[in-house]
This record gives sequence, C-alpha cells and structure tokens, in this order.
Amino acid sequence: MTEAPLKKTFTIGMLLYDTRYRSMTIQIFALVCFMLLVSWLISNTIQNLETLGKGVELWFLFEPASYDINQKLIEYDSRSTHLRAAFVGLINTLIVAILGCITATVLGIIIGILRLSRNWIVAKIMTCWVEMFRNVPVLLWIVFFMAILIETFPTPSSFRGENAESSLLLWESVAVTNRGTYLPEPLFHNGLGDVSIFGVVDVSLDFVAFLIILVVGILVSNFLKKRADATQQATGRRPLVWPYRIAVIVIPPLILLYVLGFYLGLPELKGFNFKGGIYLRNSLIALWLALSCYTSAFIAEIVRAGIMAISKGQTEAAYSLGLRPGPTMNLVILPQALRVIIPPLISQFLNLTKNSSLAISVGYMDITGTLGGITLNQTGRELETILLLMLVFLSISLSISAVMNWYNSTVKIKER
Amino acid sequence: MSSLSFVRETMLPSSTPPTMEGSVIGWVRYNLFNGPFNSILTLLFGAFIVFIMYEILPWVFLSSWTATSLQECRDTIALVHGEGTTGACWAVIRERYLQLFYGFYPRELYWRVNLTFLFMLVALAPVLFPKLPRQLLYFTGIYPFLGYWLLWGGTIWTPFLTFAGLIVAFLVLNFISEKRGLLLGVITGILLIVIWFVFGVIPVAGLFNNALPLGIEIVESDQFGGFTLSVIIGSSGIAASLPIGILLALGRKSDLFIVKSLCVGFIEFIRGVPLITLLFVASTLLNYFMPPGTNFDIILRVVIMVTLFSSAYMAEVIRGGLAALPKGQYEAGDALGLDYWKSMRLIILPQALKVSIPGIVSTYIGLFKDTTLVSIIGLLDPIGLSGAIRSDTAWNGIVWELYAFVAVIFFVFCFAMSRYSIYLEKKLETGHR
Amino acid sequence: MKIKFLIAAVAATFITGSAYSATLDDVMARGHLECGVSTGLPGFASPDDQGVWSGFDVDYCRALAAAIFGDSNAVKYNPVSTKNRFTALASGEFDVLARNTTWTYSRDTDLKQTFLGINFYDGQGFMVRADLGVSSATELDGASVCIQTGTTTELNLADFFRVNGMSYEPVPIETNAEAQEQFFGQACDAYTTDRSGLAATRAASGNPDDYVVLPEVISKEPLGPLVRHGDDQWADIGRWVLNALIIAEEKGLTSANVREMASAPTNDPEINRLLGTEGAYADMVGLPNDWAVHAIEQVGNYGEIFANNIGPDTPIGLARGVNDLWTNGGLIYAPPYR
Repeated sequence: MTEAPLKKTFTIGMLLYDTRYRSMTIQIFALVCFMLLVSWLISNTIQNLETLGKGVELWFLFEPASYDINQKLIEYDSRSTHLRAAFVGLINTLIVAILGCITATVLGIIIGILRLSRNWIVAKIMTCWVEMFRNVPVLLWIVFFMAILIETFPTPSSFRGENAESSLLLWESVAVTNRGTYLPEPLFHNGLGDVSIFGVVDVSLDFVAFLIILVVGILVSNFLKKRADATQQATGRRPLVWPYRIAVIVIPPLILLYVLGFYLGLPELKGFNFKGGIYLRNSLIALWLALSCYTSAFIAEIVRAGIMAISKGQTEAAYSLGLRPGPTMNLVILPQALRVIIPPLISQFLNLTKNSSLAISVGYMDITGTLGGITLNQTGRELETILLLMLVFLSISLSISAVMNWYNSTVKIKER
Repeated sequence: MSSLSFVRETMLPSSTPPTMEGSVIGWVRYNLFNGPFNSILTLLFGAFIVFIMYEILPWVFLSSWTATSLQECRDTIALVHGEGTTGACWAVIRERYLQLFYGFYPRELYWRVNLTFLFMLVALAPVLFPKLPRQLLYFTGIYPFLGYWLLWGGTIWTPFLTFAGLIVAFLVLNFISEKRGLLLGVITGILLIVIWFVFGVIPVAGLFNNALPLGIEIVESDQFGGFTLSVIIGSSGIAASLPIGILLALGRKSDLFIVKSLCVGFIEFIRGVPLITLLFVASTLLNYFMPPGTNFDIILRVVIMVTLFSSAYMAEVIRGGLAALPKGQYEAGDALGLDYWKSMRLIILPQALKVSIPGIVSTYIGLFKDTTLVSIIGLLDPIGLSGAIRSDTAWNGIVWELYAFVAVIFFVFCFAMSRYSIYLEKKLETGHR
Repeated sequence: MKIKFLIAAVAATFITGSAYSATLDDVMARGHLECGVSTGLPGFASPDDQGVWSGFDVDYCRALAAAIFGDSNAVKYNPVSTKNRFTALASGEFDVLARNTTWTYSRDTDLKQTFLGINFYDGQGFMVRADLGVSSATELDGASVCIQTGTTTELNLADFFRVNGMSYEPVPIETNAEAQEQFFGQACDAYTTDRSGLAATRAASGNPDDYVVLPEVISKEPLGPLVRHGDDQWADIGRWVLNALIIAEEKGLTSANVREMASAPTNDPEINRLLGTEGAYADMVGLPNDWAVHAIEQVGNYGEIFANNIGPDTPIGLARGVNDLWTNGGLIYAPPYR
C-alpha cells in the first residue's frame, strides 16, 4: 500500500464510474425520479379538480351528517357532524377487530392443537375446517354467515304471544333473534354516573371504579405471591396464601357491586324489537364470526407449524432435568414455539383488521361504511374521504405492529 | 429308525394378528376410542357430522335442475319431492354457469378464453416444474402479450410491437452496459422504452395494420366478468408484481439510504391499508391522478392497484427468500469479483426465487380470493354477477345456490394451488437447511 | 420500473378518449354510446344470461343510441355502484348516467351534473309485513328499517323519524338484492326505498299479499338520466331524446306505426317536425334527420318502455299513476317540439 495521495481531480464521469460517488448518484437519481412522480401526480390532481370545480378541503367534516348509525358507542344522532360519524365508525372497526383477534387466536390455538390430535375423526374435522375456511374468499364467508343468521334464527315476532314459538334462553336472559342477540346488561340502582371526556366519549364511572378495584386486587394478590415466594426461599416452607389471593381479587369488587346496587337489565320484547340489554347486531356477529373463523384457519396452521418446529429432544431434555409436563410446556416449549408463532401471528392480526373493512357487505357501520361509505356518497368528496380512510387504517396497522413487535421482542429468547 | 430332527417339518397355522394392528376394529380402537376423553370427543364430533349432513344433504339432493325461474323451480320441487320441501334450485346454476365462468364474453369466442388459460398453464409449467425443458421459458416471456391479445383481440401489431420494443431496449441496454457501464445502459434502456411506448407503438401499429391487417375481433372490457375476470386480475396482478417486488425487496435490503427508505415506505404503506381502499382509489381517484383527459378502463385501473398491492407483499416474500440464503452465497459472489447486479442475477436471485415460490403461490391464492372485493366497486366478478343474477326478475330472491357454487369453485382452485405449494415446500425442504 | 412503463403502454391501448371535448364527437368517433347503469335493479337495469341488458333505464340508453347511430344496440353498459356513479360520470368513463338517480339541488350544483329531465316520478315509501297490523308509517316507532346506503333515502329516513319524534334502528344494506334477503327474512320490520322499488320487491316476494306498502310518501324522488356539466349540446341531445319519447306517446306514435308515420308528412305538424318530415330541426342538435324515428321504432315510446319493463304486465307490475301523461292526469310532460 503506497500512500500516494490521489489527485482530487473530480470529473463528471466519476459520478458514474467511481464507486465512492456512484451510490450517491443513484440515490439522488432515485430521489429526483420519485419527486418528479409525486409532483406529476399532484399537479394532475390539482388540474383535474380545477376542471371539475372542486377544491380540497375538510370543512365538510364539520357539517351535519344527516344520517343515522345503528351501532354507536358514543353519543351520535343525525345532526352530529361527519367527523363524529367517522369516529363512531372507527370505534366500530376497533370493536370488531379486537373481538375478532381474540376469538381467532383462541379458535386458532384450539384447532391447531386438535389438528395434531391422535383422534382420527377430530384431526380430520379440524383439517376440513382449516381447508374450508382458508380456501374460500372471506367476503363470501361474511355474506354466508349473515345469510345463515338471518335465515335460521327466530324473528322477534315469534317471541310474542302466550304460547310463542321461541323463548329466551338461559333463564329468560338472552334473546337470540335473526336481528341480533340481546345479552343482559349490568346496571346499577345507585350508580356513579358518567363522565364526559372532552365531550367525545362518555365513560361510565361505575365501570372505571370496578376496573380500578380489580386491578388493585390483582396487584395485592401478586404482592402476596411474591412474599410467599420469598418466605419459601428463606425458610423452605410455603405459607398458605392462595385463599387470600383469591379473596383480595374477588371480594372487593363484589362489595362494590353490592354498594352500587348491581342488577342485570334483561331484554324485553317491546313493540317491534327487544329493548334493554346489550344488543349485538347480526351484522356485527356475522362479521365477527366470519373474520374469526377465516383467520383462525391461518392461525391454526401457524400454531401447528410452531409446535412442530420444536424438536422432541427439547421435551426430553426438559424431562431429564426433572421438570414436570406443566413447567416443561411453560418454560421450555412455549417460549420457543412463541418465537416462531408470534411474527406470523402479527400479520394475521393485521390482515383481520384490514379485512374488517369488508363490513359494508353486511351493513356493519365501520369506518369504511361511515367515512368511506355514506359520508363519501353524500358529500361527493372522494379524494378527502378516501385519503383520510387510508390514513386511519395505516395508523391502526402501524400501531398494531408496533405493539406486537414490542411484545415479540420481550418473548424473544436473548441469544448470541 | 427314528430320526431325531430339530427342524419342524410342517408350518404352524398362522395366528390372527393382534387386534390393534391391521384390522378395522383395531384401527378404530386405536384412533378413535383410546381412552375416555378421546371416546367422548369422537362421539361428539361424529354427532356433529351426522347433524350437519342431516341438515344439508336433503337440501342439496331434493333439488331441481330444470326450471327457468325461481317460482317454477319451487313449484317443481314441491311437486316432485312433496309439499314443504326446501330443496336447492340448481337450475339457476345450470342456466347461468357459463356466465359465472366467462362473464359476458361473446359465446362464439369462448375458445379464446379457454386457449388463453391453456396457454397460461403451458407458460406456468416451466416456472412451477423445474424438470421441464428450459426452452419453454421463452414461451413464458411471450405469454403476457399473447394472452392480452387473445383476450381483448384487436390488431396483433400492438402487442407485437410492444414486445419487440422491449427486446430492442434490452439489447441496447446490454450493448451500452458493456461499453459504457451498467447505470448508463439502464438509463438509456428505460428512456428508449418510455419514448417508444408513449410515442411509437400506437402510430406504428396503425401503420403496420394498414399495410397488413392481422387481427381478431375486439372484445371490450365491459364484457369481462365471472371467474375469467378473477383469474385475469389475479394473474396479471401477480405477474406484474413479481419484477416490482424483486426490485422493492432488493431496495429494502440495500445500503443506499434514500432508496431503502423509499422502498420501506412504499411497502409499509401498501401493507398498512386494506385492499378495498386501494380499489376505491382505482374506482374513484385514479382518474384524478392522471393527466386530464386520460381515461383508463376500469379493469386496467383495478389491475394497476392490485399490482401495487401485491408487489408490496411479493417484496416481503422475496425478502424472506433473500434472508434464507446463507451469507456465504453473498460473499461467494463478491469473492468472484462480480458486481452487485451480476451477483444478484447469477447467484442470489435464482436461489432466493426458488425458495420463495411457495410464498409466491400463497400470495397468489390470497390475491385470487381477494379479487372478489372488486364486486364492491361494481365489477361483475362471480360475487358481483351473483348480485346481477339475483336482480333478474326470474331469479329474484335466490341466495344460497349461487354462493355455494361460487364458493365451491373458489375452493377447488385455491385448494389445488395450496396443495401444489405444500408439495413444493416439502421438495425444497430436502434441498436446503 | 420497466414493468410500469409496460403497463403504461398497454394502458395506451385502453385509453378511450378525452373526457372534456365535445361528447357527441367522441361518441360518434367511438361508434358506440357508453352508458352508466345500476349493477342490477329489477325492471330498471339487469343483464340476462346472454349478458344483454334490459330495463327501464337501459331503454333510455338504447333510445339515445338509436337517435345517434340509428342502432339501439350501439351501447356499452357500465354497471356502477352508488359510490362511484358520480365520479365515474365526472371523469368521463361514460357519457350518460341512467341509474334511477334522484335529481337534487346539491347533485346538480355541487357535484356538477346536469339532469336531463325526469323520466320517473317516485317517492320514498315503506313496506311492512301485512301481519304486523301497521297501517301508517307514523306507527313505526322503534322498528328496524332496512335501507340502501349511499342514496338519498337514508337522509329522508333520518329526517322523517326525527321530525315525527320517533326512534328507529337503521339496517344499512348495499344492494337491493341483499335488502330483499333481509326484509323477507324479517331481519327488519320495514323496508324503505322508492315506491317503485317497493312494488318490485313486493311482486318478487312470491306472495305479494303478505306485504303492504304504507300510504305515506316521505320524499319526492324525481328520477332521471344525467350528464356532466359543461357540454350543453350533449345535454340537449339527451334531454330531447327523453322528451321525444314522451311526445311520441302523447301523439300516439308507437314502435309499430312510427315508420309509417314518418314515410310522408302527416296532418299534425308537431309529428312532422319530430319525425323529420318537416323543417330541419334535427340539425339544431347535430343529430341525423330521422333520429326520433329510430329511437321510437327500436325502443318504443315512453308508454311502451314503461309497459315493457315495469308496467302492470311485468313481474314488477307498477301502475302508471303519477307517471301517466299530463293529459291523463299524471306528471309526465314534455315541452313542445318546435
């Protein structure tokens, strides 16, 4: 290696041929191309909008929406703004996404494990389930489930009369109709009322109080466990704590419920429909079930692959260390299997959330139905509504993957 | 003489095999009733199957295949199978199955659709089955143009000149790359193609067509529908997204910061939004983004958005394939003194793509299923057509039969493809890792 | 990158024409009319097993094509949903939208559309099961109401219940077919849409006596074809083809006799002007002289179109009612052709 200083004569050609500069050239070229593309698109859009005499503005969001939404968790009526309608839709999207993710995971795990069962008939049925759900488009399943719900369950009118054809289930507390299912609703004689947060969401104080007491109970219970562990470490004898642990979790909430005057609001047939209780509309149930079943097929495959990926030697090694089957599963198999399972699971959750946008096919008023559906139709502002819609979904997806990636990094085995 | 023999001279009669092996009862006992828990499971699930069959089979078989309207069909069923029977009206399928497959494609031209699909299988064969002669890949290269021409018809010169333009541009690219370096070659090649496509193809095709009119009857896009439409959208989406996906995957793995961020941004954006919003863009917004006066065909707009959509997923699949290669392969490429593109083209990509094929097939299955979403923006794919058929006064009110038929066809397609993908995965399993 | 340009190239072969020049010239150059219709509404637009579209709205498109080309089959139908019908029209995907669309102020002004007239007077109504014993819409407090989204009906519905101080449960639905599925399955107590749609649905149920259409009409729904703002000549053509069909019924011109009437001038000058046997009226909009003859001969007059698609002899079974000619006490009225 001679240290002969290179002459810093820079020529244009070096931008192309000198590896030191070439990557820079390529990048700047790419950036310029990208900028050109974007500005081309934007200028086209501006020109087109001008020809149509439209502008880009978001004021329409603050005008009255003029339409009604059936499922609303925050206060909303037809005089509320389009923005609020979008919020109602967003909440509905989140509800079905969360419910769907939970059931899909539970179903998926059960099916994935049962597929490995030695029982021939069980394994075959589970295989059928998986193949059936994942090889038919989810849109068809959603429509299918809706049709099944409408056609097979009794109508509210069949509950009417002295000797009605249908009756409420579970001690007269649950009404299953072809419009939806009515569940008993927790109510309080002397409740604490609601508190409004920024005028957007009303939160029930009873619920908050219940939640706080429950969380505190769990914390105390954990503290008891830690202290018992410490005692066991120090003295070799474990004090009897489990009754206390259960008691601190269960008893305070019960007292709270008693103080607040808890009772169940039962659904009752009044006029055309049942009144009272928690009303799960069929559109929600169909969407929820279809999304859960469809996604569960994929999750089942992921779970099965995850379990099969762990070699039998791991179990044997754990046994030879003297671990019992329970701890073997918890400490040896699951942590390793989870490492294989979680990343594809995240993308299934994302898929489920994105598929929930098919809600409009059964008339579930999610954000695609409100902002991207009725609001778009009534205001004629496609550009703004669709871009907003994409932005919303993008933020949901990014937050899900952020949360799940964080979780993934905690379960990941620290290695190398 | 008594001969003492330790050798048995007669065979023992063969004893029955143990009950656990070979016999039906043994199999049943071993697989279905080995323990109380399993027995309960077996009985429960068996009852479940019987119940489902009891509910569904009468509907499927106590049905009518001959009728021209729903009312007539219901009357026939009541007449044949007795009053109160609710059987399926398969007559609607009998009357409309051609429509569900081909959409509104002219009847006398069905052979063109059939031929296109036949050619598609031939074009796919060398990709899917590596044992076939490599020369078939040339056909695969020509196929997109051939298929487009067969389906839409019109003069043969447009697809031919488009293809020829690509070949010429590629030759020029190669020539300049050797003389003046790759980057300049690529830029010249791309410029050539753009100029040719924007200004050259259509007028020249017109000239050629005047001189030698070679062509077949034009079929307009609005006549496409049914499963044909699903397969067209799905296949062209996947085919077009493969090269984009490869570039995006390479970009995502590259060291160039700006290129990498652009690729990551694009991939994450597309993967973060549902396909339906992209289809809304295709149906309502894409015309805004184009220069005033351009007016794309809706199928083409859908294909563009579907391509963008699947290219992001394709990029992730190929990135997986790239990551699966041992680092030694990259180092070997460098050690041979190959530049980036050469080592990618000759060493890395052939291996990475081979590993990615199962992933690509499952992306295709997913995309094929997702093409049903185009019914939401008003295209007449199988589900959209079902709606249209139901709006015919003769079949107003029919639900299950159409959905069941569409579901079964989708199942057959997708199941076959997923089996192939599994077969491939198993085959690859032995080769690598 | 290469592939993108390839797509652009293929795209070039798809490009159908400019959206912003004279529409008639484009249509003539193209050789056929592009018409936006519903994705499937019984009696108004639906394809049969051969892919041939028919219906009340479709016949308007056919008449327009017959007027321009002398061939009522020179039409391409673009099925559009409620979501993209206006954008698709505005961006020039088709030349005219005939999709039972209500003429409203904001659609006319804000969405920049030009309505060509009214070919069907409709109004929003309610249908319920007869055994509910409901005789008026004001008794529907607390009912579940099926409704098609993306239309004016859901706004009218919200207003109606609000004004009357009643509560209801909207059951939103994308298409008419799904609405029927839900209504007949009793997933909703009432189905609300235009009364023509209600009649069609009732007829399709198989046992119409089980359902009643309530007397209230809660909105005015003047339906008609429309074109985009900015091409007055094209709008004139569309408007006068519609008017010609109405005048034809008024003057007793039918598909059977119009050819004969056009063969020589008749006693009635308006017929002569319309059929091109007197004066050069067709030149004023740039159509061939015998355009009305073609339209009426191939498609029929307004009354025939009505009778063939939605009239009493069809499964839809609508009476003329307010859609009868003004001379018969209805609202269908065309300006004079002079």
